Amino acid sequence: MTKSGVSRRGFLTWLTRGGILAWLASVFYPVIRFIMPPESGEANVSQVKLPFTRADIEADAKKAKTFKFGRLLGIIVATETGELKAMAATCTHLDCTVQHRPDLGIIWCSCHNGRYDLDGKNISGPPPRPLEPFVVEEVGADIFVHKEMA
Amino acid sequence: MSIDEHPPDMMQKAYRAIDERFRIGALVEYMDGKKVPKHRHSAFYYLGGMTLFLFLMQVATGILLLMYYRPGADSAYESVRFIVSEVTFGWLIRSLHSWSANLMVMLAFLHMFTVFFTRAYRKPRELTWYTGIGILALSMTFGFSGYLLPWNELAFFATRVGTGMAGAVPVIGDYLLIIMRGGEEVTGATIGRFFGLHVAILPAAFTSLLALHLIFVQRQGMSEPLGWANKKPDEKRYIKFFPEFALRDALVWLVLLNVLVLLAVIFPDGIGVVHWPLGEKADPFGAPPAVIRPEWYFMFAFQALKMIPAHVLLIEGELFGMALFGIGGLIWVLVPYLDRKSPEGKQSIWIISFGVLVVLFMVVMTIIGYMVE
Repeated sequence: MTKSGVSRRGFLTWLTRGGILAWLASVFYPVIRFIMPPESGEANVSQVKLPFTRADIEADAKKAKTFKFGRLLGIIVATETGELKAMAATCTHLDCTVQHRPDLGIIWCSCHNGRYDLDGKNISGPPPRPLEPFVVEEVGADIFVHKEMA
Repeated sequence: MSIDEHPPDMMQKAYRAIDERFRIGALVEYMDGKKVPKHRHSAFYYLGGMTLFLFLMQVATGILLLMYYRPGADSAYESVRFIVSEVTFGWLIRSLHSWSANLMVMLAFLHMFTVFFTRAYRKPRELTWYTGIGILALSMTFGFSGYLLPWNELAFFATRVGTGMAGAVPVIGDYLLIIMRGGEEVTGATIGRFFGLHVAILPAAFTSLLALHLIFVQRQGMSEPLGWANKKPDEKRYIKFFPEFALRDALVWLVLLNVLVLLAVIFPDGIGVVHWPLGEKADPFGAPPAVIRPEWYFMFAFQALKMIPAHVLLIEGELFGMALFGIGGLIWVLVPYLDRKSPEGKQSIWIISFGVLVVLFMVVMTIIGYMVE
């Protein structure tokens, strides 16, 4: 008994404690898994066709439209030169939705005054990273948006 | 005044019957002996009770709102609009709930600051302080979760920013964000979670902590001023808890109820920076309104985060801000442990300076937050 350094009582104590821990884990594991929502059915898309036309974007008061890009939110803006630029619309600071400010020529987040240029690069305010830029392709009247190839 | 002097009336009979079965004599005697210190800061003793009264108002009006409120992206906004426009006195119940919520947080803050500056947290009341901090944290979580429930424009963006902050926490941030939002974005799933939190989990947790807090207060009585440690017994003044203090408490509650009802009736949508118009329904694809503000009690944190640059000392600004708040908050919470002088009846210049610094920071940040557009 004394050779192994573990008494019968000590062994049983650890067995009981381990058993209680295992029991607690078996109770709480399903609870924790339950509150983690299942993966969204929507896959990560690589390209979307926008449900509106260039005319719709240019007619908008802010010369911009938001669109759903898979699970992400995107924004497409018409610049002064008539170019269309698209990027992720979720501010990299704290997840607000950004907007186009044609008067300032920037993408602006009203929540904390974060500013990006029209390529999505963060230029002032709290945003730590640029907005992910998307590639815009116009085929006839249709606008397609896809991610940049790595 | 012995109960044997006259033939027993109904009350005395009932008391005897109960005492015979439950032996409440000792408890009644204990309550009868309770006293409250009387000094120039005695008014502070009413703040906790006022907060409690407003919590009871929240429970009552919250239960009433539950009769009509329906969580979900397609029903939440519509049901709140139904409450304020169709249900008789619906506007009043929602207004009372909102006013009472704001006043409750305000009074809880005042209560905490007066306790801090009178050093009432000192031994033997450390646990009362800790449970009180827990109650304040739960109150703010109540406010945050309740804010989303009407599913209007302001609620939607405030929740996106608030949960986005949780997402910036290192390592577990992504999990926290998904658990809070019920997915990657703020959607109807988020309403379901916030609703469950607001009407089931938080009330249960709050009631448990409140029960402990009140038991501690009843058991230990009111804290005496720091300077009383060196006073002779005949220099100290007290009033009896029953009935003097309890009656004054009741009067304060009555005044508070009147103020609350007046505010709710005259300003059903709130006023100034305490404002909760239903407004437009949340549009996940829309841009946020030009000026987006959190509730006033989150303003100091919101403004501070806004002023921190994108990167500080090679780490992201928001992370730096949260670390700063975390350290400051921890010192605040642990003050009964850190303040070694007050249990001996001595002043600690460090503790007072820290308290003044925290209050100044909160006040200045809040004012700046409302001044800049």
